[in-house]
Amino acid sequence: MKFERWFPWVFCALLALFPLLASSLGLDFYVGFVRRAMIFALAAASLNFILGFGGMAALGHAGFLGVGAYALVALSDAGIESAWILWPAAMVVAGLVAALIGLIALRTRGVYLIMSTLAFAQMLYYVALSLRIYGGDDGYNLMARPSFGLGLDSADEATFYWVVLGLLALVMVGLNRATHSRFGHALMGLRDNETRMRAMGYPVFKLMLVAFSLSGALAGLAGALLVSHNAFVSPSAMHWTQSATLIVMVVIGGVGLRWGGPVGAVVWIGLEELVKQFTEYWHLPLGLLLIVIVFVAPRGLASVAEHWRLPRRPRPAEPAGAVLTPGEGS
Amino acid sequence: MTTILFIEQMLNGLGYGFMLFLLAAGLTLVFGIMDVMNLAHGSLFMAGAYVAAHVHGRTGSFVIGVLSALAVVLVLALVLEVFLVRRLYGREHLAQVLATFGVILVADDAVKLIWGAAPIMASAPALLSGPIELLPGLMYPSYRLLILAAGVLVAVGLYLLVNHTRVGMLVRAGASNRRMAEFMGVRVGQVFSMVFLLGATLAALAGALMGPLTAVQVGMGEEILIPSLVVLVIGGIGSVRGAFVAAMVVGMVDTIGRAFLPLLLRSFLSPTLVSDLAPAMAGLATYALMACVLAFKPAGLFPARG
Repeated sequence: MKFERWFPWVFCALLALFPLLASSLGLDFYVGFVRRAMIFALAAASLNFILGFGGMAALGHAGFLGVGAYALVALSDAGIESAWILWPAAMVVAGLVAALIGLIALRTRGVYLIMSTLAFAQMLYYVALSLRIYGGDDGYNLMARPSFGLGLDSADEATFYWVVLGLLALVMVGLNRATHSRFGHALMGLRDNETRMRAMGYPVFKLMLVAFSLSGALAGLAGALLVSHNAFVSPSAMHWTQSATLIVMVVIGGVGLRWGGPVGAVVWIGLEELVKQFTEYWHLPLGLLLIVIVFVAPRGLASVAEHWRLPRRPRPAEPAGAVLTPGEGS
Repeated sequence: MTTILFIEQMLNGLGYGFMLFLLAAGLTLVFGIMDVMNLAHGSLFMAGAYVAAHVHGRTGSFVIGVLSALAVVLVLALVLEVFLVRRLYGREHLAQVLATFGVILVADDAVKLIWGAAPIMASAPALLSGPIELLPGLMYPSYRLLILAAGVLVAVGLYLLVNHTRVGMLVRAGASNRRMAEFMGVRVGQVFSMVFLLGATLAALAGALMGPLTAVQVGMGEEILIPSLVVLVIGGIGSVRGAFVAAMVVGMVDTIGRAFLPLLLRSFLSPTLVSDLAPAMAGLATYALMACVLAFKPAGLFPARG
């Protein structure tokens, strides 16, 4: 069987074994850490779906994360405890908000799309700031983790870990299916040449809107999981730098590569944790690393792995027009 | 009484607008000419504010503080341009977002290392610490008048530079059609480097002048960057005139929203609800404005590219 078919499942099994091993190795702290990394992997995968496969550069994904988180907080505050209601509800709300935003934002392209998604995410941020019943600026403490039912103990850290792992696996399988479906191919087609897809009669705007809303809904799920994980949410989770961090994760992982989102999220959060062990100034080395990555691995780390695995092929000759590429400076 | 309050707030709005213009003017040209998305512009603003506050505190001279801020940021921008931004020409926007976001992370931590995480004090010059009576009954802080004057001066200077000099002509040519300008023999790369340095200096000036009015702290660059990007988009990328108009509009909308929205809402809503809603609505106002502009004029009010 091919490497990329069996390896994810083996890795998934190893991840599932981790909480069992962790308690005997005294690494209990890292169960929570890996769980957080998996939640961000989910968020990054949802962003990669529109960024990498749909070609929509959205700089407002943390906004949808926040919508999911606050939807959960609102329902939980109203007395609903079951995760079976809370998490899907967070997805639906985030998906609807994404659809509404997409209706306007997706009419723009390129830099203007980056800017308009950013603007809408800022609006959501200010709305969260004004929600004084949910703590406003100070944030909101979730009293109890949503209950899973089915005889599962939601207070148990390992159980919640397995639930998150299961959801991540489900989402990855789902996204993988989606990218290999007609829908996914149409999406990639319009990323590569929108005019041609339009000319071929594809409903370009509708496709983009569906992908955008789906991605928003998944980000909402990640947000709901994150607030369940932290037992806390504040508007700072929706700050634009959080959206930028999600983009960073996707780009260092590999834009438009199946594992780009998760790889990037795990690498970024892992590095953050690692550098924090040595210095409180962890932004500085990571910032430098980002700059290096842009020049050394522009297609992301997942692409580097792919590069090693594939047989080396001779490079195609540079197209003649390359001489005139804009911005050669003098 | 209310007219005086109104005039005062309008002047505040203008002052904020001018500061946004200082930031957006540089951004719009860098963006317009080379299509480089520079998120680190806010970091240059922050550097300007910190250096000015530091030197002002040490020497006691506000002017030396501002001048040294300009000089230091100019050097920083030169380093940034040569080692990073120049290499980002022609790369996709995501790579530019990534690299310049890296610069933000580095800049924030560098500032924390040098000055600590707590905000530092920046004071207005002693000469301008008191208010001036502009109209009978209208006392206005003289330092804010200085900001207005500086804003007007820079705006006029930029107008002359962009519209009435040879260099300005090259800048406009590059912004409206870079490829064509290159074919006509314009060294767009050189023009761009110059524009980048000019933009950085203006950002530093904005930072140095804004310091005494707001908190000089880590993260101030990220906070001001977003409104200046909003100005950029509303005005139309690459257009200095657009940036000016949009900066004034955004400055006004923001200030009026903060000052008068609570009063307006209070007339038909309960006070507690108003105190909950008003700050958020004021914060929302500029973004709502931008969304409206984008919905009707997707390329901004004054698109530079015909």
